Amino acid sequence: MSLRDSSIGDLKVPLTWAAAVALVVAILVAITLLLTDRRETFRSEAYGVTRQVTDRVAAPVGGVLATPGRWVGQGVASVRGYFFAVAENRQLKAELKEAYQWRDVAIALRDTNDRYKTLLGLRTDPPIPMVAARVVTDSRGPFANSRLANAGKEKGVKDGNPVMSENGLVGRVIGVTTGASRILLLTDIASRVPVMIDRTNARAILTGDGGPNPQLGYLRGQDPVKEGDRILTSGDGGLMPRGLPVGTATQGLDGRWRVELASDSAPIDYVRILLFQDFAQLVNEAELNQMTAPPPAGGPPVLAAPAATTPAPTTATPKPAAKPSAAAAPKPTGPTAPKPPSATPSQAAARPPPPPAAAQPPTPAEDPPL
Amino acid sequence: MSASARGLDPWSWLGWPLLVAVGLTTVFAIPMRLWGLRLPEPVFPLMLAYAWAVIRPSMLAPFGLLLMGLYLDLLWGSRLGLWAVGLLVAYGFVLGTRAMMAGQSKPMMWAWYGAALAVGMGTVFLCVMLQVNETPNLIAVAWQYLATIVLYPFAGRLIDRFEDADVRFR
Repeated sequence: MSLRDSSIGDLKVPLTWAAAVALVVAILVAITLLLTDRRETFRSEAYGVTRQVTDRVAAPVGGVLATPGRWVGQGVASVRGYFFAVAENRQLKAELKEAYQWRDVAIALRDTNDRYKTLLGLRTDPPIPMVAARVVTDSRGPFANSRLANAGKEKGVKDGNPVMSENGLVGRVIGVTTGASRILLLTDIASRVPVMIDRTNARAILTGDGGPNPQLGYLRGQDPVKEGDRILTSGDGGLMPRGLPVGTATQGLDGRWRVELASDSAPIDYVRILLFQDFAQLVNEAELNQMTAPPPAGGPPVLAAPAATTPAPTTATPKPAAKPSAAAAPKPTGPTAPKPPSATPSQAAARPPPPPAAAQPPTPAEDPPL
Repeated sequence: MSASARGLDPWSWLGWPLLVAVGLTTVFAIPMRLWGLRLPEPVFPLMLAYAWAVIRPSMLAPFGLLLMGLYLDLLWGSRLGLWAVGLLVAYGFVLGTRAMMAGQSKPMMWAWYGAALAVGMGTVFLCVMLQVNETPNLIAVAWQYLATIVLYPFAGRLIDRFEDADVRFR
């Protein structure tokens, strides 16, 4: 006779209690996972193997599932284009007329700009390479706003890379694996992006809250923002390049300044990932933390001179050279003073290419009379 | 006790609904926008958390919800364990009030479902608020709540199909 057929199987209380115990165990497991997850740190090591594997699997599956949706979207767009062709044509003609005027202004400004750059010897940012990717999944709830794009490590995408649609900034990459990258949208509650108001140059932090219009936080100054002001990335902190379009300012029902995102007016199926390297990616932390070894005893007199003027210590103190980290540091081979970390060859290789010759500082002979 | 009273196959009332919820969640995660409107994002597993607790207590159901919650977190990119906690708290709430509410009229059951959703989503809301020190947008939360509460007929159908299958827990 099996256990089920026995009278024990008729007992109701043990199963109820067992179910309650199972519930408690499951909740404990979930809480442990919740407390140990470090998603908000947005560091590459916090984006664990589980997430990478899931993204790698979800990318092709989402791509297949999204195909009919994309076809439907294209079909609807075609129908709309057919029915609204005349109105659209009229609107495009008006826009084209305005664009011609802007083109002339842009040519004149470019010329002036090039001249100023030459005069000042300004080192402008090099052009940023970018990768086009298709969005395959899109989470848009109040607690998480992210997208999965089908371009990953194999195309050079890295954590922190900014992501744009054709109209404006969408977010940034927070996790990369082969064939897929996870994009944290500007609307995500954990998203913080330094921005500036184009008109006043005032700085703010764009803070997502899970809604469609993120807030402008930490605004300073007298009336720094007005309805309709254009919001751009400020580039502060080196996370993003300066000047990427974000949206326009608007006042919410709660009285807070918010941003109508420019990327919202674009289709959401394709994005461009800018292969921009922020400061954190350029800096070699290990190299920065490395202590520089003191010069050898027979070093340059310039470095030895201050030591000679200082009074000798009365008690024996350990010399810096005796520290393990200093001992491990590579010692300079010649009599010259050690170079600062920023000048090391590995970092020089990691730097973006130098600007074109036109942007190089002019030689004294070429200096124009200012 | 008759064999029919024990014939509640875990696969039919736990396995299949779980797979259906996984499938629907994945389908609703596709990037699609028509006339400027995006698809809603209902939390399908909350429907299961309610229905499973009403049908009968089970040892497998909490672990099914745990897996489902982890899947949601991985798919949506939220903190791992966030939705697992929300689903399990909602399940625990329904299980705790089951003796009081089981067998009520449809409107009352719907209201009970709404209360379970509020408990589950409220837990997630609090967890997120504590983690990032920021209040999630209440309008966005309300939209997700509405998108989930309209799923009650599917939960009711699952309950109607299985609640009489095990007479020990009626």
